[in-house]
Amino acid sequence: MMLALLQAAAEASPAAHPLAGTVAEYVWMLPLLPLLGFVINGLLSIVPAYHAGPEDVSHDPEAGHTDMAHEEAYEAEATTFHRRWNALSSVVGPLVVGIAFVLAAAIFLAMRAAGPSLETAGAFVRTYGSWMPAGELRINWGLQLDQLSMLMTLIITGVGTLIHLFSIGYMRTDPGYSRYFAYLNLFVCFMLVLVLGGSYPVLFVGWEGVGLCSYLLIGFWFSDESNANAGKKAFIVNRVGDFGFLVAMFLLWANLGTLDYAGVDAAATRLVANGALVTAICLFLFLGCAGKSAQLPLYIWLPDAMAGPTPVSALIHAATMVTAGVYLIARSGALFALAPFASLLVALTGALTALFAATIGLKQWDIKKVLAYSTVSQLGYMFVAAGVGAYSAAVFHLATHAFFKALLFLGAGSVIYALHEAYHHTHREEDAQDMRNMGGLRRHMPVTWALMWAATLAIAGVPVFSGFFSKDQILGAVYGAARHSAIGELRLLGIPGSAILYGIYVLGLVTALITAIYMTRMMLYTFHGANRTGEGERPHLHEAPWIMTGPLAVLGVLTVFGGWLNLPAVLHALGPEALLDRWLAPVVARASATLAGGEVAHLSHATEYALIGAAVAVSVLGIGFAVVRYRGPLLAKREAEAAETGLGAAVRQAYYVDRGIGRYLVEPTIALSRKVLWRGLDVGLIDGVIVNGSAALMRGVAWAGARIQTGNVGNYAWIVAVGALVVIGAVAFR
Amino acid sequence: MIAEALFFSAILFTIGVVGVLTRRNALIIFMCVELMLNAVNLSFVALSKMHGAALGQVFVVFVMTVAAAEAAVGLAIVIAVYRHFGTVELQNINLLRG
Amino acid sequence: MPLDLSVPASLVTALLPDLIVMGGAMALLLWGVWRPEGASGRPVGVGAIGVCLAALAAIAGMAVQGITAGPGPIAIDNFRWATDAVILVGTILSIALADDYGRRAEPVAVESHALTLLAASGMMLLAGARDLILVFLGIEVMSVAVYVLAGINRRSARSAEAALKYFLLGAFSTAFLLYGVALVYGATGATNLTAIGSALAASPPGPGSMAVIGLALMLVGFAFKVAAAPFHMWTPDVYDGAPTPFTAFMAAAVKAAAFASFARVFMEGFGPVFVRWHSVLWWLAALTMVLGNLIALSQRNLKRMLAYSSIAHAGYLLVALVTNTTEGAAAMVFYLFAYTLATVGAFAVVMALAEGAERPQDVREWSGLFSVRPLLAIAMAVFMLALLGFPLAGGMGFFAKWYLLQAALKAPAPQTRLAVLLVITSVISAGYYLYVIMVMFMRPRPADAAPFPDTPAWTRSVIVGAAVLLLALGLYPSPIVRWARSSSLQPTTATGVPSTPEALRITAR
Repeated sequence: MMLALLQAAAEASPAAHPLAGTVAEYVWMLPLLPLLGFVINGLLSIVPAYHAGPEDVSHDPEAGHTDMAHEEAYEAEATTFHRRWNALSSVVGPLVVGIAFVLAAAIFLAMRAAGPSLETAGAFVRTYGSWMPAGELRINWGLQLDQLSMLMTLIITGVGTLIHLFSIGYMRTDPGYSRYFAYLNLFVCFMLVLVLGGSYPVLFVGWEGVGLCSYLLIGFWFSDESNANAGKKAFIVNRVGDFGFLVAMFLLWANLGTLDYAGVDAAATRLVANGALVTAICLFLFLGCAGKSAQLPLYIWLPDAMAGPTPVSALIHAATMVTAGVYLIARSGALFALAPFASLLVALTGALTALFAATIGLKQWDIKKVLAYSTVSQLGYMFVAAGVGAYSAAVFHLATHAFFKALLFLGAGSVIYALHEAYHHTHREEDAQDMRNMGGLRRHMPVTWALMWAATLAIAGVPVFSGFFSKDQILGAVYGAARHSAIGELRLLGIPGSAILYGIYVLGLVTALITAIYMTRMMLYTFHGANRTGEGERPHLHEAPWIMTGPLAVLGVLTVFGGWLNLPAVLHALGPEALLDRWLAPVVARASATLAGGEVAHLSHATEYALIGAAVAVSVLGIGFAVVRYRGPLLAKREAEAAETGLGAAVRQAYYVDRGIGRYLVEPTIALSRKVLWRGLDVGLIDGVIVNGSAALMRGVAWAGARIQTGNVGNYAWIVAVGALVVIGAVAFR
Repeated sequence: MIAEALFFSAILFTIGVVGVLTRRNALIIFMCVELMLNAVNLSFVALSKMHGAALGQVFVVFVMTVAAAEAAVGLAIVIAVYRHFGTVELQNINLLRG
Repeated sequence: MPLDLSVPASLVTALLPDLIVMGGAMALLLWGVWRPEGASGRPVGVGAIGVCLAALAAIAGMAVQGITAGPGPIAIDNFRWATDAVILVGTILSIALADDYGRRAEPVAVESHALTLLAASGMMLLAGARDLILVFLGIEVMSVAVYVLAGINRRSARSAEAALKYFLLGAFSTAFLLYGVALVYGATGATNLTAIGSALAASPPGPGSMAVIGLALMLVGFAFKVAAAPFHMWTPDVYDGAPTPFTAFMAAAVKAAAFASFARVFMEGFGPVFVRWHSVLWWLAALTMVLGNLIALSQRNLKRMLAYSSIAHAGYLLVALVTNTTEGAAAMVFYLFAYTLATVGAFAVVMALAEGAERPQDVREWSGLFSVRPLLAIAMAVFMLALLGFPLAGGMGFFAKWYLLQAALKAPAPQTRLAVLLVITSVISAGYYLYVIMVMFMRPRPADAAPFPDTPAWTRSVIVGAAVLLLALGLYPSPIVRWARSSSLQPTTATGVPSTPEALRITAR
């Protein structure tokens, strides 16, 4: 089969492309490697399951299933048999991703070696057979390698390898160990299909695949009802987004007759710029992105997704999958460049999401929930950048966010692991994720503490740390777009686009302030002040094993120095400037320039320094405020559970969104739709009476149909005979 | 002559259908089905005569063979049902419904 | 190499795959009579599957050699080979299930395998029959064997009742079909489909009333065999009562064979009078889709639910028939293949989880299945999604519906309303397909739930094989698409000449 693939690749290759014949020809191995891991680990997870019989402990619905809670049941059942298979999984799982990373790095070097010729040559596309030969629609199994997909591949395989390694320690005692690695490998496979796919349908395969893996991993401890429900919620919300994506694809196909990137890029010029069609396509695409990347109003699934194991949250719900929406918009730059209005909406949605989620993060007690809302908020930043056409800034923040948020999640995992171990020793049932049970952990786990502070400073935007550069670039891009861009010349509800962009800039600054506050708050509650874990547990608190701290350390280095990927021009003293911008330029520069209204605005050095100063001031202010505000409560054993009212309570409950959706969206949907449609907004399309009437009719027919089925042959014969008469009549008297 | 035969065949067929619809006993229903098949056979013979070709009569031989096989299987099934239900009245053979 | 079908030797060649299966059935019967007491059934099952594989090989060989034939009683075309392959795949899977069933519930392996092969030979004859005599013979060989299979569990009253109901109603409907054949013969003087087609095309003022009534009666007979509403009443009861492997056989292979013949007779024989049967079939399709899906919604008994689901799928397949185009026939073959895999797989899961042969299973007994039998639950989810026509996770199922819709919309007389109805009823079907998945994955397993029996080896192979094939062919369906496309069945037009796709396109404009 490999031979056939190679032959297919060889036939398809016009020798002209600079990457032809290089290691890049092996791009097909990238998704296949993790797939191999999935197969092996999947088999490993099935084989012992058969030996263990159907009453496997992992399936005991009675056991409590917070993170790591399987251990107790497991230790009773643990046998050398399981351990041997687990050892194999520990090798295969990370190894396949590691090899994929090495291969990706080799391809990256080949691309570097190809030099400037690559910039003009366009994407390196390889086709491995036709997928859907349906009339005029001809979709191939094709992979596309260009600067953007290469960068994403490096992030996915690199961060993915680290998280796989971390998982060896974190999931060590879980009975579903091999199953976990199987899912994780499968996820990496689909994620690579997503970013390497050469057309929208192939991307969609990856898109759905990662959604499936996310669903499986959120509900990994599925025997707990709430975990399974969280998985279900993620699944359903994402279907809303997928609907948008599918509609966008159908529109593209119907109007352009092609769905691969090269074809769409070429044919996009046929679309009327600023026209209703391209705007609709972009907005439907964005609906898909909002679902996958947890933007307003489809963000609700991501906080619940924290029910999965913590490394999963790090890999899927922070570093890679949720950024797929950003990737998709950057990938579709040629379309969004033609639809400034859609771009403005993207930016606005991103800014509002960023602020909204950040405020919720202020009041969360669950350490993973804080990070979840922070992820939603940071994704908002990325969409702001993508919306104003600063695609490379969006991807830059995507990269740095992958580093520091993965670090934060894994660090949180390390903390949860320590607390869980401690509570396990004393057999106490406490929430190992509640920050009120933490405090003062700095003394017990200094490595985690130091690394998480680095990540916190990065996300807060303190200079030199990676997050500072990427966030600054986004804010600078928004400011620049507000000064001059195609978006700025629009009007939305009578408000000039530039005014909205200035507003987005202010929102971004405010979000940065709040981000600094809630992240500092999280660090203070977790690592500083008095320890609130409990007297009996305190001696058992200790640092995680090296297999977990090692990946943390690597991510720490990336978190600190990631900014050097793309230094701003004004800071060229620090090193080579704008590496990433130049790397991505062949893919995104044209779209960025179009949206900017000709050329990306260059801000004067004075302005840039002013912007940087504002950003730094905001982050320092936030950290300082948090230190002052939370110093007092930290000393208390437990914060007094004062009944909060008004805004405070609202924020703690995440603005009652979940409860509200139940009460105000799900329940009254039928009633509301009836009223709204009754007024004739959609005359003749869907009518409330028909909707309800048909539901009743359906039930009625179903009931009646089952009643007709009397079981008496005589009655059936009557129906056959009468039916025959009707058929004869219908044919004869036509 | 041929028209009469066809008419008679139609009458027989209808009697068979009415029998199937009105009777309750599995055996009698089956006999009514056989009546329908033989009504068709009559038609075949008459039509064969009309076309002046043997094709229809060949068909009749096939139908008779198949009907015999069907009768063998059908009676076996009726016996199996009788063993379980103690009756071949269809309104009593009613485990499966809904 | 065109065969002259008036030469007996050529006829044998033309019928080679059917003869292999028939001979295999005879050999098994003999072995069953002379077998040593207490011999295990496994070699019999292997032998029966081997016979099917040999027939498949014969089909492949004949298809590759490109053997053709003139207008004889037996069609030698890719449509026949394709439907034969679908039938044989369904047969092989059913035999594997029946073998495990025989070991678990009722030791009937030898007889049941022989009968299954006999039924399969009837189906293959039916799929290739271009003469109404052979159509009748095929239907009867198939049906008589299947009547027995439905009642083969002698210890089960439900099984006996299913057999009786199937037998009485089946014989009743066959009488209608046969009367229809007689009248068509009377009107055209022929039983060969090609001859009937040219005779009908030649009669200038349109067909006489004898031909029309004959056509209507044949339509009733076929509608009964494919379980189209309102002639579907037998289906839920028979599917429910019959032993599960044979339910799968009926739902997959019997339906495929009946549809193949339905399409051939109506497109090749009655193509010239398309306008006469078009609207009736339209209404049957619509009614079948709506009724099948709606009633399935109210079912909690798994086998009944799947029975109504199979009725609904008959409705979808009728849409392909209503188009009366080559593309419709190709979409039908593709759909039948996907449907066979999904439906046999679903019944296999039902069988794997039933501890005895007798008791009907409620969907809710599967609560939390995923937590005790993850593999079965995942496979069942694949089958349900495939039947629903869900993209990707449903594998081939999505493409099956997609090609069906495409055929309906691109027909010379575009079936837009039927296509819309197909989509709407598919959405309705999500109500019961997803319910099964929801129960398996989202509901907790009750503490006092009875444990499920172990899955026998062959059943597990059938389940895994069907699920993997569905998914794999969903990712890479083009070989099957090409294969289905090549199996085109060409409708006879009013001019009596088999129309080419080009000709269709011209009339479409």
